[in-house]
Amino acid sequence: MIKCTNLFFISHVSPGPCCLLQAEKQRGRYAALAIAAVVIVVGIPLWWKTTETYRAWLPFSEISELDSLQLQLSVDIEVVFSRGTLTPEQQKKFPLSHVNEKEHQVDVSIPELLTSPSTEADLSLHMLSESSCGSVVVYVIPETAALLPEDVKVYVGQRRTALLRSPPFKSSWSLKEVLSNLDVKVEQVVSTMSFSHQDIVAALSNRVRMAKVTKESMADSMRAIKSSPGYEITFSLLNPDPRSHSLHWDIEGAVQSCIQPLLNKLAPIANFSVDSQILYYVVLGVNPRFDNSVSAYTLSADSLSHVINPVEARLGSNAASSNPVLNFLLYVPDSHHSPLFIRDHSKREVPSNAFHSPRWGGIMVYNVNEMYGPEAEPPVDININMAKVMGVFLAQLRLMLGVQHTHPPTGFVLQSPGSAGLADWELDRLLWSRSVENIATASTTITSLAQLLDQIGNIVINDNIAQQVSSAVTSLQSAVAELEAGNLAFALQYSREAILASERAFFDPSLLHLLYFPDDQKFAIYIPLFLPMCVPIVLSLLKIVSEAKKRRADKQAKSD
Amino acid sequence: MAAHRCGLSLVCILFFSSLAHPSRCDTLEKANDNTATKRSISEVNTDGSVAGEDMNERQWQSTDVEVNRSDGTKNSETFTPAPAKDQFQEELVIRPLHSGDIYASFQFRTLWDTDFLQEGQKKVSHYRLFPKSLGQVLSKFSVQELHISFTQGFWRTMQWGQPFIPSPPGAELWVWFHHTVSDVDGNWKELTNVLSGIFCASLNFIDMTNTVQPSASFKPLGLGNATDHRFLRYATLPREIVCTENLTPWKKLLPCGSKAGLAVLMKSEKLFHSSFHSQAVHIRPICQDEQCTSKAWELRQTLNVVFDHYTSGQGKKEWSLFKMFSRTLTEACPLASSSKVYVDITDNPEGELFELSPATPLLSQAVVLGDRRTYSVYDLTRAETFGQLRSFNLLLRWKGDSGDMLRPLLHAERYVAGFGLQTGEIHTVIYNNHPYRAFPVLLMDSVPWYLQLYIHTLTVTSKSRDNKPSYIHYQPAKDRHRPHLLEMLIQLPPHSMTEVTVQFERALLKWTEYTPDPNHGFYVGSSVISALVPSMVAMSTNFTQDQPLFSSFVPVKEESSYFVRVYTEPLLVNLPTPDFSMPYNVICLTCTVVAVGYGSFYNLLTRTFQVDEPSPPLAKRLANFIRRIRGVPLLA
Repeated sequence: MIKCTNLFFISHVSPGPCCLLQAEKQRGRYAALAIAAVVIVVGIPLWWKTTETYRAWLPFSEISELDSLQLQLSVDIEVVFSRGTLTPEQQKKFPLSHVNEKEHQVDVSIPELLTSPSTEADLSLHMLSESSCGSVVVYVIPETAALLPEDVKVYVGQRRTALLRSPPFKSSWSLKEVLSNLDVKVEQVVSTMSFSHQDIVAALSNRVRMAKVTKESMADSMRAIKSSPGYEITFSLLNPDPRSHSLHWDIEGAVQSCIQPLLNKLAPIANFSVDSQILYYVVLGVNPRFDNSVSAYTLSADSLSHVINPVEARLGSNAASSNPVLNFLLYVPDSHHSPLFIRDHSKREVPSNAFHSPRWGGIMVYNVNEMYGPEAEPPVDININMAKVMGVFLAQLRLMLGVQHTHPPTGFVLQSPGSAGLADWELDRLLWSRSVENIATASTTITSLAQLLDQIGNIVINDNIAQQVSSAVTSLQSAVAELEAGNLAFALQYSREAILASERAFFDPSLLHLLYFPDDQKFAIYIPLFLPMCVPIVLSLLKIVSEAKKRRADKQAKSD
Repeated sequence: MAAHRCGLSLVCILFFSSLAHPSRCDTLEKANDNTATKRSISEVNTDGSVAGEDMNERQWQSTDVEVNRSDGTKNSETFTPAPAKDQFQEELVIRPLHSGDIYASFQFRTLWDTDFLQEGQKKVSHYRLFPKSLGQVLSKFSVQELHISFTQGFWRTMQWGQPFIPSPPGAELWVWFHHTVSDVDGNWKELTNVLSGIFCASLNFIDMTNTVQPSASFKPLGLGNATDHRFLRYATLPREIVCTENLTPWKKLLPCGSKAGLAVLMKSEKLFHSSFHSQAVHIRPICQDEQCTSKAWELRQTLNVVFDHYTSGQGKKEWSLFKMFSRTLTEACPLASSSKVYVDITDNPEGELFELSPATPLLSQAVVLGDRRTYSVYDLTRAETFGQLRSFNLLLRWKGDSGDMLRPLLHAERYVAGFGLQTGEIHTVIYNNHPYRAFPVLLMDSVPWYLQLYIHTLTVTSKSRDNKPSYIHYQPAKDRHRPHLLEMLIQLPPHSMTEVTVQFERALLKWTEYTPDPNHGFYVGSSVISALVPSMVAMSTNFTQDQPLFSSFVPVKEESSYFVRVYTEPLLVNLPTPDFSMPYNVICLTCTVVAVGYGSFYNLLTRTFQVDEPSPPLAKRLANFIRRIRGVPLLA
């Protein structure tokens, strides 16, 4: 009983009112600190986590490596010395392989590595040997051989082979000297048959601006349609006057016999689909001018650019696929405007009566007024000579596809391609530039995507996009590695995969969902929560700090 | 055909030989003396590399190919074209309506003897009269049958009678896919997107929430008795507005465009200044002949328009082509195998009601929609139709008053009843105006999921007696996934009115699911009533090519009845519409409540308490104040 009162007494009296106040103030201070700690440690991260956008991990470091990509292209060159070109002495001293490195210094530093493991073999045995895609076999024949005519130094065949007339060797030369003597020639052959510096630079022109590109290779690359997994080739017969002309064209047969062999040959590059249509009452955008001197209508080269627009509205887009379309139009002028001829800039008539527009297609004007007399009753049935038409369209198609016209150095003779319309080495040339172009395009797409995602912080990055990006990056890396190893076919395949994956990632619609919900709006919405919560916390923290300062000052004053 | 092709390829090779440079051939001969076969190939072929010899980087470049210009002329003299595998027909039917309006119906038909659904190597890719864009769509998505219509306005069956090809207001699309298609939903989704691109319409709004698979109402109209409705998709967009941007791509599908033939009349400012406008595309495979030995694809483009010249034109009932379309006809489409204008003169056998000029001796009788009608026919492929002026302007002058119209045998209407924003009731009323025959009809209703139907309240009453449907197919909706589908086979007693009612509850949508103008209301597509209506006259069941187009769309299976499809009005239902600043308000309110709760809690936790001397009450303080002034001792 006494204890009890005692206790009561102690609790009530002993500390005194001042101490009690101190303890109460201390408790309040601790509570404020604890709440502030909970808000900072639990609350803010929880809010951050629940309101943040999902962003999957992207291989940014590898992508930035792609930005400064070093391309190394290597070509397998087999140099075959035929009997009589080397002395037995030189044959003995033959090393197993001889690597010749050659670097072209380009602004973006693309060293091209030329490897030439040389072996000796018999000419006749290997004449018809199949070499792998992208490689080149050079047969060196004695200077005096009668195989090539006098003035021909190099003969390039339909396959991947070339005959090279050897320059005179001194029998005292070591093999090294012989080879170094051959080097210039071999390099010329390779730049004709696989790729030249210019081609590669032109293929990269989208990615890097360079002053060194010649006008011509630039024009070539501008003319050729961009690399794509597939192309739609559409032949359209434009008949503006169905009342007087009833036109018939055997497009099916012509495509089978003229276009299809080329497309079969080009199958490794892309999928091609061919279709055709006949459009009636289509008019050109310009009125041709009548020229009295030739009693014919003429279209000058300056007005050609206005021709297409009204025609294009009728061509119809390709609804079923999103591949680029190459249009080839055959325009048969109506009877009041025939014959119609196209004149080039120097006012000469164009013999083919055709013209083309880079990356779009070609138009050929086909005059039919000579095919019937005035007594013929309209509509006149006219059969179109498809061989004539297809010859022009085939030439235009080659240009559009980027089968570049090579300018061999003097003394070179190029075998004409076979029935396919494309020699193996021409295909290789195309494959080389296409793979480089694909790699350039894919890496540009990926880097710009990464840049975009990096800059705009509230874009959602889903897992599928991250997966596409990383598969694009790995394909790109393997494509570069394959190019380095000289496996052209694999390099092309990987570069195509890279392009597909990068485009899929870039154009994924899920990237756009939260694009227009910036952070400042998020903060604005939560201000009614933040303001009343933070003001007391901040105020009491300030108070605690100021009290602590005051106490320290007091203590200092006391000690003084 | 094969021989012809051989000849061409030979020409091709010969042409190439003329391209070869003789000098180049010489060098090759020397170079290749050990490989004779190679040389022979190289002789006949050169590439086109002659092209582009002196290219420069102009935008437009002439293509330089050496061409032998002399050949080809000889070829054409002996040339006789192979019979075309495709043909095109066009026709216009004008029917003066009893209300004084004029109904003009254009039909264009392209028939092509080919098969888009061929398997394997030989794809259809060479088009002549058939539009390439549609052909590519058909073969890519393996479409068996495609029907698409865009309609502005509502067809008033009671005033205008039955249209030749009915269509609901807005856009309607129904497609039968080929039975080899594995992913029908995927194809359907892609197809609607492609079609919305082709027709410039918002068909991309068709998704699973407004697509149904009717089990009985939409049977294939062409060949192929597909009964498995898994391959059928049907969707309507009753909200779709139809205007010139839909007409232009539709006209582009015609071989002659709008440059020649009947399509010249389609001037959009006149066509859309009308009480009803409907354009449609129907693609289906049909029989080539009576025995059905070969299959052909038919593309039928129809355009129906009703002009209200009577009300808008000072009460005059006269009309002419020029007045209606502000154009006259000058020629038929040169590609058309037949091009005709029909005018319905059934009510005017003796010429006592109206007078047509120019008059035509050609008359045609056709059994259309259970009625034998007489038409004046103008054949545009004949020069005498156009007369001296080289222009054809049809003119109709009324002499007397028109008689009464036969009431259509089948007619339907629909409305929403009820009040408030919670529940409602859909009433569909179907009339059978046949004096003594009862016939069954198929009623199909597709109701969006946000109207939750109470199917137990479904009642069907005719002549105030319960009418039990003999077949009910009901697929309940899934929220945000699929709509309700209700199909019923109802027997309509003679001369009766049948009422179908069902109650529904309106759902609350999420705030993102509302349209930009939510207070306008939400559309519910038309009900579709399909019926075989007993015919007054014997329908012709035999299949002949020279039937007019308007009477040959729906295949007739038996003589005693004809097929009719009636669309009711679409419904406009108001849903409970929230205040759209609500989410922000909710966030603000919640945050404020949280902040107030938190504030008092915080206050409680951090405040220091201390015992305070209670201050004296106000009266006491006042008293003390006075006492202090007076100098009296203060109160304790």
